[in-house]
Amino acid sequence: MRYLPLTQPDREAMLAVIGASTIDDLFVDVPEAARLDGPVRDLPMHASEMAVERHMSALAKKNLTAGEAPFFLGCGAYKHHVPASVDHLIQRGEFLTAYTPYQPEIAQGTLQMLFEFQTQVARLLGTDVANASMYDGSTACWEAIVMARRITKRGRAILSSGLHPHYVSVANTMAKFTGDVLDTTAPELVADMDLDQLIAKIDDDTSCVVVQYPDILGRIADLRPLADACHAKKALLIAVVTEPVAMGAITSPGEMDADIVVGEGQSLGVGLQFGGPYVGLFGCKDKYVRQMPGRLCGETVDADGRRGFVLTLSTREQHIRREKATSNICTNSGLCALAFSIHMTLLGEAGLRQLAEVNHAGAVSAAERLSQIPGVELVNESFFNEFTLKLPVEARPVVRTLADRGILAGVSLGRLYPGQDALANGLVVAVTETTTAEDVETLASALQEILA
Amino acid sequence: MSINQSGWRPTSPEQNTGTVPASVTGNKALMLEEALIFEIGDTHTTGVDFAAPSPRRGEGRGEGQPSDAAPGTTPHPTLSPEGRGLSRLGNLTRKAPIGLPGLSEPETVRHYTRLSRQNYGIDLGFFPLGSCTMKHNPRLNEKMARLPGFSDVHPLQPVDTVQGALEVIHQLAHWLVTLTGMTSVAMSPKAGAHGELCGILAIRAALEAKGEGARKIILVPESAHGTNPATAAFAGYSVEDIPATAEGRVDTAALKARLGPDVAGVMITNPNTCGLFERDMREISDAVHAAGGFVYCDGANFNAIVGRVRPGDLGIDAMHINLHKTFSTPHGGGGPGSGPVVFSEALTPYAPLPFVENQDGQFVLVEEETAGEHHAGSFGRMVAFHGQMGMFTRALTYILSHGADGLRQVSEDAVLNANYILRSLDDTLDAPFGPSGPCMHEALFSDTGLAAGFSTIDIAKGLIDEGFHPMTMYFPLVVHGAMLVEPTETESKAALDQFIAALRSVAERAKAGDPSLKTAPHFAPRARLDETLAARKPVLVWKDPAPLAQAAE
Repeated sequence: MRYLPLTQPDREAMLAVIGASTIDDLFVDVPEAARLDGPVRDLPMHASEMAVERHMSALAKKNLTAGEAPFFLGCGAYKHHVPASVDHLIQRGEFLTAYTPYQPEIAQGTLQMLFEFQTQVARLLGTDVANASMYDGSTACWEAIVMARRITKRGRAILSSGLHPHYVSVANTMAKFTGDVLDTTAPELVADMDLDQLIAKIDDDTSCVVVQYPDILGRIADLRPLADACHAKKALLIAVVTEPVAMGAITSPGEMDADIVVGEGQSLGVGLQFGGPYVGLFGCKDKYVRQMPGRLCGETVDADGRRGFVLTLSTREQHIRREKATSNICTNSGLCALAFSIHMTLLGEAGLRQLAEVNHAGAVSAAERLSQIPGVELVNESFFNEFTLKLPVEARPVVRTLADRGILAGVSLGRLYPGQDALANGLVVAVTETTTAEDVETLASALQEILA
Repeated sequence: MSINQSGWRPTSPEQNTGTVPASVTGNKALMLEEALIFEIGDTHTTGVDFAAPSPRRGEGRGEGQPSDAAPGTTPHPTLSPEGRGLSRLGNLTRKAPIGLPGLSEPETVRHYTRLSRQNYGIDLGFFPLGSCTMKHNPRLNEKMARLPGFSDVHPLQPVDTVQGALEVIHQLAHWLVTLTGMTSVAMSPKAGAHGELCGILAIRAALEAKGEGARKIILVPESAHGTNPATAAFAGYSVEDIPATAEGRVDTAALKARLGPDVAGVMITNPNTCGLFERDMREISDAVHAAGGFVYCDGANFNAIVGRVRPGDLGIDAMHINLHKTFSTPHGGGGPGSGPVVFSEALTPYAPLPFVENQDGQFVLVEEETAGEHHAGSFGRMVAFHGQMGMFTRALTYILSHGADGLRQVSEDAVLNANYILRSLDDTLDAPFGPSGPCMHEALFSDTGLAAGFSTIDIAKGLIDEGFHPMTMYFPLVVHGAMLVEPTETESKAALDQFIAALRSVAERAKAGDPSLKTAPHFAPRARLDETLAARKPVLVWKDPAPLAQAAE
């Protein structure tokens, strides 16, 4: 019980001050029947640091890590190199162990960082403003749909077939309870995004069109015609970015006139971590800022006229507006936002562009190599660092077999779209700066052998 | 972009008070000012090295080019010289600048280190934010979460390559279910408020499955967290308040009187936000169940009863657990959190996907909508992947360290510390519910009795000058000028005594009308900040200032 500083004499002295004879006297309001007379049964007692470390390490060893294997998984979570100083800095106790900056005079570190983060995110996504982060990309996507309903007073959202199926699931779950109508379809294994179909669906009831960029199959397209079509019907264009590194190579959705741009920031500074915690990015046009969910940091001055930062526009939030709030969220992903911001600062524009270039070049090279395998077809016309292969057989068992050989080959569309036979042969392959030429060759020869 | 290469930003000269000279840098010895990255960085600087796009294997690499390849391996595959222009970017190659400043590695380390020093954290001192539960964050948790076996696995890897990660989830789930005396737990909610939403959605799914979808009201006591009504509204419910009694608990009679065929359930916080245990919880649960509704418990304050009381024994149907509060995962300046939700038997079939099952020693991840008949009622998926794995690892590490016996000691010490503060200060500060009996995890005071014009905020800012993070201010709303002090179990008696002395002194100054308190804090990195200005003229992103010449025109 090394985390508890009170000694037994302390406890007795404190009980005397309180005027209680035993600790049980402090639990008198708990009905007798609900009190436990000792530690909860069937659970182990306390353990030493060494024993806990041994137990956790044994569990950790049962996983095949991305760093141990040729690794090609993406679809919303990417393996990028994180500079050592990022993790060092986020572990400084004043960042790691601080709470929400409710007392701005002694939280300027967190607040200035959030202001810098908001600016970095807005510039990256091409939006006027950004918030101080959301839980993750999938919940940010749903919040954007709700925000579009608030702005347009309409409840019909059109979701691109290229939107991550988990993001679609989250939206579907929530829509069941809020009454929104979602128009969704599964993707087809074709070269281009579904922009024309989306444009054709927009009508006077449409609150928004949600499109992923690059999409779940890795495809990219110019969003401007879609933005124009949305705006002609007074609907909003929501763009979802799951790979922010791509913004170093391609035009951002905001520059193509998307109204709300959300994203998953995991690629920068945040590890794979088996799915979380991640950091949701959320940017929008200036005119919608008061409809935005989540926390915002703003610049101001102190009583001596010095620049400082505070949490602001809180009249949108749950602790003021209760049931009329823009959202029920009362946190952000502060520490992950810090990691994102530090990584982005280390990269700078020059580094981000180089990183994007290396990613794209590696992906082009891998796509060339893998599509030379007999029977394997590259689906994409365009892509950034992730593309889709159509195998001559179902991809899920192939991924399984390759894992047995120590290769983490990519994400089978069968895993993402169970029961959709038309997609079963699809394999989404991601290549980043961490992928070596040997990795690609290892995957290519193993795949060739299995398919032969 | 405006660039200040030196990193130095002139500031207004400081007031020269007495014999203390002003500093031209704005720095004060170890208290160092720090400009924004947009002022000290530029778009060509980078703190990382990359292999520049280079020839394919077998061809020469440029002199002096950094290499990403480990010694003895082949460099990263990049475009061949003839293919260098080759782009599969769909004619969307970025042309416009982004405007992202970079810093070299030493400048980056210094920037964030300087910023960190303008922050108060639990590592630095007492952080008694009521209902936020700021306890010590053991570093073993951090070390374990960073084991590559946990930090470097992808959420979509084949499940037999992530058996250890699934086992962590399964073990943590077992502890949460056992400690709460509930039937099942949904691990995926990403924070407390997300957990609330999860619980309410399960209630709604259960009601709809029973053909009771017409129930559209959620009852929320006045003292509830602001997230509770927001959550109910987000899930499509209307919210009705239930008043508090004079002693700071739910008015049970008023609640019972409001139950009926239109009520889906209640959201109740226990221990509540006045720091008190809801004595009538079992009676309330039974009444709600008899009326066909469900009971949601906001478990933000579970740390006060963990190991001593099982919420399942109180008739609760769903409760979220803030892992960062009860199980010491660090809150990182406002997140991430993690909010698993435990369910009663009645709600278990409606729990969200995905979840982990142990099938004959093999851990299985049930993540498909067609998850099998005993999960057919699941209301679906709430997040893209499996929840806050990094937080699960930390929480399990902490739980194993404390064990069942240690966790019981946690709640005892947390309650003891809170009552010690309450009784040590109730002669100086008004404790509106002091006569209501012992408090649980937090002590509640009000600003009654302060000099005219003085309020809670002055006490809070005065505490900053004493080196403490202030308590929670103006919450709960049912108490005028509320001050909610939560010491947690990881404070020593000496730390509490120092805080008690400081709060007593500041309170006495506020009662005496000491004008210096109105301008506190005096020793913080910033004086009182103008929050009204920030809201009236929002500046949410940095904009390059107009060039000086233009400004002079």
